[in-house]
Amino acid sequence: MSTTLLLLVATAYLSILFAVAYYGDERAEHGRSLVNNPYIYALSLAVYCTAWTFYGSVGYAATTGINFLPIYIGPTLIAILWWGLMRKIVRISAHQRITSIADFIGARYGKSALLAGVATVVAVIGVVPYIAVQLKAISTSFGALTTPLDSTAATEIPIWRDTALYAALVLAAFTILFGTRHLDVTERHEGLVVAIAFESVVKLAAFLAVGLFVTFGLYDGLGDLFQHGAAVPSIEALYTVDASAGAFADWMWLTGLSMLAVLFLPRQFQVTVVENVNEAHLRKAAWLFPLYLLLINLFVLPIAVAGLLHHGDATHADMFVLLVPFGEGQTALTLFAFIGGLSAATSMVIVATTALSTMICNDLVVPLLLRIPQLNLAQRSRLTGVILGIRRVAIVVVLLFGYLYLRGLGDAPSLVSIGLISFAAVAQFAPAMLGGIFWKRGTRTGALLGLVAGVAIWGYTLPLPLLADSGWLPASFITEGPFGIGALRPYALLGMSELNPVPHTLFWTMLANGGLYVAGSLATRPSIMEQSQASRFVDVFRHAGPQGAAPWTGSAPVADLRALLRRFLGWRAADRALQRYRTRHDLKALPERADEELVDYVETLLAGAIGAASAKAVIGSVAQAKPLHIGEVMDILDETQQVMAYSRELERKKAELEAATEELRAANQKLKEVDHLKDEFVSTVSHELRTPLTAIRAISEIMHQTTDLSPEQQRSFATTIMRETERLTRLVNQVLDLERLDATPVLDRALVDLRDVVRNALSAVRPQFEQQAIALNVTLPNRPCPARIDRDRMTQVLLNLLSNAAKYSTDADPHVAVRMACTNDTHAVSVADNGPGIPEDQQEAIFEKFRQARNRVGPQAGSGLGLAIARQIVHRHEGTLTVESTPGEGATFTVQVPAHPPEPVPATDPEASVS
Amino acid sequence: MPHVLIVEDEPSIVTPLKFLMEQEGCSVQIVSDGAAVMPAIAAQRPDLILLDVMLPSRNGYDLCHAIRERPEGNDIAIIMLTVKGREVDIEKGYAMGADAYITKPFAVADVVATARRYLPDA
Repeated sequence: MSTTLLLLVATAYLSILFAVAYYGDERAEHGRSLVNNPYIYALSLAVYCTAWTFYGSVGYAATTGINFLPIYIGPTLIAILWWGLMRKIVRISAHQRITSIADFIGARYGKSALLAGVATVVAVIGVVPYIAVQLKAISTSFGALTTPLDSTAATEIPIWRDTALYAALVLAAFTILFGTRHLDVTERHEGLVVAIAFESVVKLAAFLAVGLFVTFGLYDGLGDLFQHGAAVPSIEALYTVDASAGAFADWMWLTGLSMLAVLFLPRQFQVTVVENVNEAHLRKAAWLFPLYLLLINLFVLPIAVAGLLHHGDATHADMFVLLVPFGEGQTALTLFAFIGGLSAATSMVIVATTALSTMICNDLVVPLLLRIPQLNLAQRSRLTGVILGIRRVAIVVVLLFGYLYLRGLGDAPSLVSIGLISFAAVAQFAPAMLGGIFWKRGTRTGALLGLVAGVAIWGYTLPLPLLADSGWLPASFITEGPFGIGALRPYALLGMSELNPVPHTLFWTMLANGGLYVAGSLATRPSIMEQSQASRFVDVFRHAGPQGAAPWTGSAPVADLRALLRRFLGWRAADRALQRYRTRHDLKALPERADEELVDYVETLLAGAIGAASAKAVIGSVAQAKPLHIGEVMDILDETQQVMAYSRELERKKAELEAATEELRAANQKLKEVDHLKDEFVSTVSHELRTPLTAIRAISEIMHQTTDLSPEQQRSFATTIMRETERLTRLVNQVLDLERLDATPVLDRALVDLRDVVRNALSAVRPQFEQQAIALNVTLPNRPCPARIDRDRMTQVLLNLLSNAAKYSTDADPHVAVRMACTNDTHAVSVADNGPGIPEDQQEAIFEKFRQARNRVGPQAGSGLGLAIARQIVHRHEGTLTVESTPGEGATFTVQVPAHPPEPVPATDPEASVS
Repeated sequence: MPHVLIVEDEPSIVTPLKFLMEQEGCSVQIVSDGAAVMPAIAAQRPDLILLDVMLPSRNGYDLCHAIRERPEGNDIAIIMLTVKGREVDIEKGYAMGADAYITKPFAVADVVATARRYLPDA
């Protein structure tokens, strides 16, 4: 077949592909998105099927039978878990605006740039061989149709004549056109997705066409084909399943590995997560994608058998898909198959390099550039040009790396084995990813340790031995280990030789990676940022966020604005605000994309919550959809949460302050009352002082001015002066007494017999009573009345009561009776006179300061402080001082104080009554 | 002979006031309870009343006002004698109809001079 024809067909196909992508982008820009469709989504997932599938499966089947199947059983099984697992990853990625798997891992562990960078390096190292496989497939397929088989080995071709190099360069240009066509750097590429879906259709159709031709064109159906095959013993062996334990283990390991690969391959992450526009698409894709895998595997074995029958051996088994129709002279079918293989290879390369370039740019180069202060990158307003440049360079570099890898390894490994090496590399993301979305305790340190250890072991046990195979290292490295250390043999670490290389690597890497991830996480304490991110990832379904993915295709999609509002204002407030907007503008529904007014409205709402500057930044990031600003948005969200925590703290402080203010107010009120009482007291005292002073002053002035006073008059005046002076003295003493009582609240208490106190007081007043001829009748108990009292103070109380009784003994036949009654609980002492008594309405007032019952005013008028003081003293003893009186018949004052619990003191005092 | 009514509940203050008024050549009547004032005035109309404010039963302001309410009360001179010496107390005294207001402790000369102003020439 002529080279020109192949190049023409290839160019025509790539042009159609570009047109499809362009159409997809155009549709997206006009709001009629093609990708908002579960079928397109499921077809784009089929980027999983690469040249490895298209050519390699047949090659693998021609040598090992149905052992190619685990690579497709794994994704089929994992599809069952998609709704739980993938939906969570999709939801998280939509919330966090995740742009790649490295970004995901970095974001999960406290937005760690280091971790994202390491993950990017791992992804590049892991995927470059895979890209090399595609380049190899393209160049081999090209070679298989243009040059005689076995003419020249790839390594001997001069580099400028190597088809693979040109394939790499063409694909680089193509990817740049697809992946970085837009000036605005959004992470979603609708045109690309449409093109990938288109390629999936082409490669499936091509493979099915070849399969149908082989099965029904060359043979009479499957039965006939397999019967022919069964005649050849080496082919018949392919039909049987190796039932040995080792083969079973290989199946299990490879199935597990492909389960992880379909989750964590960067290109799968790109199409499944980043390009997802609607979570619901996952539901349909969960059965459409396995169906696609089933269809594309239907004719693998028939083509392999036919190839073996036609070519005799499996030397060129990887190209049977082309060679069988080619050998039959089916030019059109051969070209279709060539296009199918080309589409399988290009779709993988385009998506993988796009994903890798995004990672390299966002998670490796830009973070490094931001650290160079001279560049002042963060301050530049337009970064799109810089970012696009970085990505384009990254695409070229990745593809050239792929080419160099291919060139370095030569022809040694098969398509499948290099593919599995890539699978094993991306499987290293599994602990950090799965732990990251299900285990909050996972930390950055654990993820970093696990990832680095896993990749180190992977590198040592898979790619390194390949170098030995290619002659870069001595072959003894594999057979005897480095420096002859058997335990370090790369295919049999620590002597474990039971497993094949890939399962062997998977075993050790998962052990080291998972183990260190868990151990490192448990040994370290997550930072606040890590905790916050962990909670947002693990509890993503519990957090408010956009329903479905956010289609921020335009300048400001309403869904994003709503999501922002909900994040900053809360779910209900945000929805209510938008509802208000709708009502105000009489809209049936909000448009898909917000106009200026709505954006302004949302910004105003946000400004209320986070301040104008922040709101502007937040809106700006959504409106321009710059991925670099997403981190800033999340930072603002964090800040808002901190501010909220701070404001809760303020709220608490405010409540405390209010309580304190209330206390102060109460204290102030009490102080005012006390101050008022003090004023009243001072006013009353001064009044009480003025009365005797008035008398003294007036009389002494009269005596001074009047010379002709009679001696009787002089004596009378002098007597008044003396009496008023005494009254003043008494008053001053009592005021001082009262002040002293206020100042010293502590009583000098001791255990005394209350009878002694009574006797003591009686003996003090007895002379006065005798002088006034007042009959004193005393009744005391004949047993001790123990009480804990201040002896002097209690004596003062009794003296006051007794002198009051004497003062008001105005009856012709004055009597005063003192009675004492003691119980185990209380002791009571009463003083009764037969004076004028106290009117009922004044019986309480007499205990107030300066209150004297008016009708008790007599020549012996007191200060009005005595009873107030007495009552205060008794109250201090936890006792009571009360009065009973019938006006005209006298008054009885009673002191009651608590008794001290009886003690075994013998009654020694036989005295019962004194009169 | 001018008649003076002394309304005062403190005996020690009554003593000098009574002495001073008698020296001025007046007849003196003593009342120590607020309730007894109006009956005393009705019994014998005084030319001058020396009126304390803080009294049992009825205070001096009240009494002063009540006296001025009566037709014959307008001719009676009233001098308030009290310990209540604040501005408002004094104003209240004049408002209630007092002719003069003297705070305690007073100088006897003040009381005598003021009394002389209101006493008819004997």
